[in-house]
Amino acid sequence: MADVRDGLRYTRTHEWVRVEGDIAVVGVTDFAQAELGDITYLELPEPGTTVKQGDSMGVIESVKAASDIYAPVSGEVVEANKAVVDTPELVNKSPYDDAWLVKIRMSTPDELNQLMDAEEYRKYLAETAATA
Amino acid sequence: MAPKVTPLIEQHRALGARFIEFAGWLMPVQYEGIVAEHLAVRSRAGLFDLGHMGQLAVRGRDALPFLQFVTPNDVGSLKPGRAQYSMLLYPNGGVVDDIMIYLRPDREEYLVVVNAANTDKDFQWLLERRADHPEWVVEVEDISATTGMLAIQGPLAERILQRVTEGDLSTVRPFDAVQTKVAGVPALVARTGYTGEDGFELYFPIEATVRLWDRLLEIGRADGLVPVGLGARDTLRLEACLPLYGNELSPEITPLEAQLGWVVKLHKGAFIGREALERQLQEGVPRKLVGFELVERGGIPRHGYEVQLAGRRIGTVTSGTSSPSLGKAIGLALIESSAAGIGREFDVVIRGKPVRALQVKTPFYRRPRQRIGEGVGS
Repeated sequence: MADVRDGLRYTRTHEWVRVEGDIAVVGVTDFAQAELGDITYLELPEPGTTVKQGDSMGVIESVKAASDIYAPVSGEVVEANKAVVDTPELVNKSPYDDAWLVKIRMSTPDELNQLMDAEEYRKYLAETAATA
Repeated sequence: MAPKVTPLIEQHRALGARFIEFAGWLMPVQYEGIVAEHLAVRSRAGLFDLGHMGQLAVRGRDALPFLQFVTPNDVGSLKPGRAQYSMLLYPNGGVVDDIMIYLRPDREEYLVVVNAANTDKDFQWLLERRADHPEWVVEVEDISATTGMLAIQGPLAERILQRVTEGDLSTVRPFDAVQTKVAGVPALVARTGYTGEDGFELYFPIEATVRLWDRLLEIGRADGLVPVGLGARDTLRLEACLPLYGNELSPEITPLEAQLGWVVKLHKGAFIGREALERQLQEGVPRKLVGFELVERGGIPRHGYEVQLAGRRIGTVTSGTSSPSLGKAIGLALIESSAAGIGREFDVVIRGKPVRALQVKTPFYRRPRQRIGEGVGS
């Protein structure tokens, strides 16, 4: 079973968000990395980029497939994780810790309420698996 | 329509496989992971379920002239117990399918192994071509439903397979095929494959599939034999520059364009597609298949991506991947012949952005040759 961390917020497109003050730390979930398999390439937004909730803000590519990374909240990208761009397999090894992808200074923190909590995301994954 | 499954579907589930639908079959795309499985085949050995592949039997007095007529390679030079890579061609030189032809050791029939997606098409094609020549005494039978197929590939394949195989596998040369017993099951064991490694493909009565699979995994475990899915099968064959039908070969691509001219033997008599290929040889091929690697970061080049030179379209990527052996993004592209040449560059358009690529020598990967006295089985 895919690891789902308590205390994080989740999107239906399998990004996670950890809230640190007005900053949203964003990554992709364990489920997403396992679905993609060996990840070999990442494209992340430059710091300073303004993103809108639900917009594609980057690309994650595995041997198997390429997939968009969607902004879970609106705001300004203040940092992108260089280590993970240089070593994309970090996403497979440590999706919730070392392989955070970007930090976004939230412009509309209320958007967090539209995201799932861990319990809801677990249920969502179970439903996804049942219909797959 | 529900996809077809091979006899090993429960084995794959128990091994934790992820599945994809491929050519109408539900097949394992990976177990542990594409890269891990790929590297296992390069360094140890891997076991492949090839139950989706098609097998056709061609037999009868005129089986040889018939096969000579429908393929460009010289079937006349194929000796009993040998295999030959070949194709079925359309009159315009385009490819119906790429195939492997085995002449069984007892000379009783030719076994023609075809791509899963093309089995029905090939069978119909051969029946029609036979109907064009009612004077030929030849029978074509689709034996896919009764024929099991597995491959064991990698430097330790011989050592592992030998433990359950009657007869000495070290005397079986590349492209040899011997009739023997594996784990007590009568099998045609051929030193062929689709990975660029040493290894074997096995053909046997389909009822024995589960028994052979389980037994081989069991006796190979100590040597690091792992099950390998279609994901690594694709990265392995691409590193070795073995063509994939639907990518490097299609009804619109001739074997000459695909750099497989060696398959076309003009010293033999008439065959379907010959005139078109002769014309292309005289006039020169308009397009060429070339190998390339990306020289800047930009993602993975994939099938169908556009190839440009100074902003002008000059071709298309036929296959591409992130090479597990080389740690580079590599690919094959069909481009205008005038732009082809090792050391020359072009751009691959990835998500709308041109990414620089360098044409390189192929194959991308060649397995290390053994030194004298350092046999595979030692």
